[in-house]
Amino acid sequence: MSVNIKEWPGVPLKDRDIQSGKALTTRWQVKADYAWDTGMAMGTFLTGLKEGKILARQCDKCGRTVVPPRMFCEWCFRPTDRWVEVKDTGRVNTFSVSYVLWDATRVEKPTVPVVVEIDGCSPGVGFMHILADVGTTLEAILAKVKVGMAVKAVWKPAAERTGAITDIIHFVPREG
Amino acid sequence: MGYKNRVAVIGAGLTKFMRRAQETGKELCFEAARLALDSAGLEMKDIDCVAMATAPDAFDGVHMKGEYLADGAGGFRKPYMRSYVGGGSGVFAINHGWYHVASGHFDACLVVAEEKMSPVMPHPQAAFNAIYDQIMERPLGVNLLWIFALEMNRYMQVHGISQETIALVSVKNKKNGLDHPCAQAGIPGNYTVKEVVDSEIMVWPVTRLMVSPVSDAAGALVLVSERLARRLTDKPVWIEGVGWHLDTSYWTNRDLYYPKYVEYAARMAYRMAGITDPKTEIHVAEIYDPFAYKELHHMEGLLLADKGEAPKLLEKGVTQRDGALPVCPSGGLMGVGNPIAASGVMKLAEIYWQLRGEAGARQVSRPVRRGLAQAWGDLMQVGTVAILGV
Repeated sequence: MSVNIKEWPGVPLKDRDIQSGKALTTRWQVKADYAWDTGMAMGTFLTGLKEGKILARQCDKCGRTVVPPRMFCEWCFRPTDRWVEVKDTGRVNTFSVSYVLWDATRVEKPTVPVVVEIDGCSPGVGFMHILADVGTTLEAILAKVKVGMAVKAVWKPAAERTGAITDIIHFVPREG
Repeated sequence: MGYKNRVAVIGAGLTKFMRRAQETGKELCFEAARLALDSAGLEMKDIDCVAMATAPDAFDGVHMKGEYLADGAGGFRKPYMRSYVGGGSGVFAINHGWYHVASGHFDACLVVAEEKMSPVMPHPQAAFNAIYDQIMERPLGVNLLWIFALEMNRYMQVHGISQETIALVSVKNKKNGLDHPCAQAGIPGNYTVKEVVDSEIMVWPVTRLMVSPVSDAAGALVLVSERLARRLTDKPVWIEGVGWHLDTSYWTNRDLYYPKYVEYAARMAYRMAGITDPKTEIHVAEIYDPFAYKELHHMEGLLLADKGEAPKLLEKGVTQRDGALPVCPSGGLMGVGNPIAASGVMKLAEIYWQLRGEAGARQVSRPVRRGLAQAWGDLMQVGTVAILGV
């Protein structure tokens, strides 16, 4: 970088340096288990999901209706005022088409992550989920999915819901 | 302004960027810090305090990572402080160091940024999973690429930008990286737009050649008060402006097409530097480019291009090394590598060397008196900006 520096430090390793034992490594594995309290806002939201409802919080000062819900309005910095049930439909705000899993391994059949603006919430407000029934190839998905497209939630059967975001299996396109 | 010392950068050091370094994090810190001290002609005894930047502890697998690294950074028996704002940490580090010296508490501060991402097996992606909301997002099987692909698509859709145009960022930066002696093996290169677009799809619209790699490296800067700078060097590079800003972590409640928080960070830095027209008053910029689209997205947030106009400047060649506003002449993260916090210091070091005319093959054609470095991170929510000038 600087023309005044002639030698740059650092010894890059190759995979074979480790495999062959030329460079030594010491290994350790984390085994950590967490139980998160879901809290005042998310606890109620998850109870709603278990009942097949999407619950949002309203703030009377700024007038927003938001999911994920929070007991405080971060804009007005005051408590939010009430719970309201919003629809389980919405519109695609943005989407992508994923060929990798969380650990960077590749998959043949892609997943379509989506941000859904939820009907009944303030404009532009929603959450991330998965979009399904839109094809299995990139070409088919790009031909079908459009920003602004109407979608609806597909719920697990009531008996199988556990109070988790995955109580909604995914979103699918709907007329409208 | 209400601060005591004007602050100068008088030295910079960097290690090579590597997929996996044989050196430990501490050793990388030492190498970068030693090089920065040597370039400034100083010893550790001349340094009053140390500012460390390093990203998630999960990469190294060491909690209290700041303390773990401290000895390699010269941070013992001294005021020492670690700052961390995800990908924004590297540029935040100079803001943090600036405060130490500007406050009048210290005359000389060593800024060190380290990242060693390679220890996580089989791939650092797994460690990134823990940044997501544990109730709303992790159960969906989210990975780091998802959200950036969501943001990139939103940006493309709102302005009608093609994947081909965005690929030009990869082409430019990977080519620039060929001239960087610390560039990671296999990262820089001569590519065509078609090769970038047709490379393996990671998460559409992001292809393999539109995302920066994981890397190990460290970087360091020496900051001193004006009093010391005048004594130690004929070519001080002044910190003219610093800025940072954080948006809400409820990222699905805001429009991702525009990084407002980057704009606010930039406005803070411009105000301090007395800049009213950044398009003409910034002569060279090292803009955060962990993904190809981010360079364009951030150019707009930095007010260096109007909304939706950055792709046009790119297509016209304005951001090439011989253009009117060279962007990422170093090669950026796309061309050199992305050891998170160290990447930001690499960008600051590039501006420092550009302003001193020491960048060699990477030296931009136009005369430069003022440059900007920017980084971004957390949950697509933090902007960090520094403006250097001579």
